[in-house]
Amino acid sequence: MEKIKQPDLTDAFTELIRRAATDLPADMEKALADAKGREDDGSAAKSTLETILNNVKLARKNATPICQDTGTPIFEIRYPLGVSTRVLADQIRKAAATATERAYLRPNAVDSLTGKNSGDNTGVDFPTMHFHEWDEDYIQVDLLLKGGGCENVSTQYKLPDGGLKAGRDLEGVRRVVLDAVHQAQGKGCAPAVLGVAVGGDRGSSYLKSKEQLFRKLEDTNPDAQLADLEDRLYEETNELGIGPMGFGGKTSVLGVKVGVQHRLPASYFVSVAYMCWANRRARMTIQLNGEEVEVNYA
Amino acid sequence: MHRLTVPISDEEIRDLHAGDTVYLNGVIVTGRDAAHKFMIEHFVKADAIAAEDQELHDELKRLLDGSVIYHCGPVVQKLDNGSWKFVAAGPTTSIREEVYQADVINYFNLKGVIGKGGMGANTLKACQEQPAVYFHAIGGAASLIAQSVTEVKTVHKLEFGVPEAMWVIEVEDFPVVVTMDSHGVSIHEKVEAQSKAKLAELLA
Repeated sequence: MEKIKQPDLTDAFTELIRRAATDLPADMEKALADAKGREDDGSAAKSTLETILNNVKLARKNATPICQDTGTPIFEIRYPLGVSTRVLADQIRKAAATATERAYLRPNAVDSLTGKNSGDNTGVDFPTMHFHEWDEDYIQVDLLLKGGGCENVSTQYKLPDGGLKAGRDLEGVRRVVLDAVHQAQGKGCAPAVLGVAVGGDRGSSYLKSKEQLFRKLEDTNPDAQLADLEDRLYEETNELGIGPMGFGGKTSVLGVKVGVQHRLPASYFVSVAYMCWANRRARMTIQLNGEEVEVNYA
Repeated sequence: MHRLTVPISDEEIRDLHAGDTVYLNGVIVTGRDAAHKFMIEHFVKADAIAAEDQELHDELKRLLDGSVIYHCGPVVQKLDNGSWKFVAAGPTTSIREEVYQADVINYFNLKGVIGKGGMGANTLKACQEQPAVYFHAIGGAASLIAQSVTEVKTVHKLEFGVPEAMWVIEVEDFPVVVTMDSHGVSIHEKVEAQSKAKLAELLA
C-alpha cells in the first residue's frame, strides 16, 4: 500500500482551535439575533441576548475566547486510507498546548486523582478525538468546544420512565427531553442547542447525542418522523418560558437535533446533550496532493 | 439601573430588588470550587488558622469585607512584564458552592456573590440575614466581561490552577442582574415554578 506523505498540520489545528474558541458560527449568531427580535422590549431576556451578541462580536474582533470555559475540545476526524491517526493525534495534542499558550484555550485538563491542572489541555484521553476512515481523498476535521456548565446538565434516561410516563417510543422521547430542559433551567447557559440520541448503549448513546451538535441549525432531519419530533420539541421547549440564562422569556432553546441507533432488546436509552448558546464548532478540510497541502476552514 | 462601588453598605443592598441591573465597581475576588472548599476547611470550620495560611486569611478578611466574590475561572494571559491580563472571564455555575456559600458570606461579611444559574435556599436565607444579594452575570459573555476588568492586582492559590485560583481584580462597570435579593425573592424559584407548571401541562 502506498503510504501518504503526512505533513505537519500542527499550525492548522491551532488555527482551527482559535476559530472554534473565538468565532461563533454564523447560524448560531443568526439564531441569537432572531431570538432577540422576538423577546419583549425592556425584558431581561432581550438585554441578555444583546449582551451575548455584543460579546460574540467582541470575541471575533479581538480573537479572544467567546466563553472563558473553552470546554472539552472534541475532535471528529475523517481520513482516507493510509493516513496515520497516531501522527494526527500527536499534532492535535501539540496544537492544544500551543492554543493554551496563546490564550485561545483555558487550561482545562485536571488530573482526577490529584486535582492538578496539566496547564496545557493535554492529559489522559484529553483532548477527545474520534477517528473515522472514509472514502474521500482528503482529511476533514470537526471540532466542538463543549463547556462544563452545559455538560453538567446533560443527561440520560432509561425508558420506560414511570415518573414521566415515558414509554419506549417517540412520545416517550418527547417527554424526557422536555423534562431535561426543565431540569436544566438556566444552568446550562440557555438558550441551548439540544443533541438527542435514541437507542444504543449508555456510552454510544451519549456519543451520538454529542454528534448531533455538529449539525447546522437549519438542516432538516432526513427521517420525517424525527424531523417532526425536532420541530415539535423546538416549539414545546420554548413554551417552558425558562428564557436566556433562566431569567424567563420566550427563548430557551435554539435548535433540537435527534439521532437514532440500534439498541439491545432490553435497553432503551435517551441521551440529551445540552449545549450552551456558545455552540462553538469549526471545520477544516485538508487536501493532500503529494507535496502540496491545501487547508480550508468552514 | 444601579451603580455600586465596594465596599457596599447594607442600605445599598436592601435597596436592590430581584430583576435590577447593576454595574459593579472596585476590587473583588474570584473563587470557585477549590477556593470555597479551601476557605471552609482552612478558615471557616478550622479550629485554628494554620501558620502558613494566616497571611492569606487576613488578606481575604480585609479584601472581602463588604465586597463580593465572583464564581469565575478565567482565561488569563501573563504579559512580558510579568503582570497578568484577563482575556475571558464569564461566570461559572454557582450551585456547586451552595453547600459552602452561606458560611462564606457570613464569615467574610460578603455583600454579594456573582455567578450564574442562581443558588439555593441556604444562600437565599444568608442573603436575607446578612444582608447580601446574588448577582447574575451573563454566562458565556466572557470577552465582554474581561473588558470590565481594569487591573489584575494579584493572585492567591495559583497552585489550584488558573481557573481555580483566587484572582484579586479591579472591575469597572461590571454588568450584572440581581436574581436573588435580600428580601427573600429569587427569580430562579419563580421561573422554576412557572416552567414546572407548563411542563405538567405539556405532559398531561
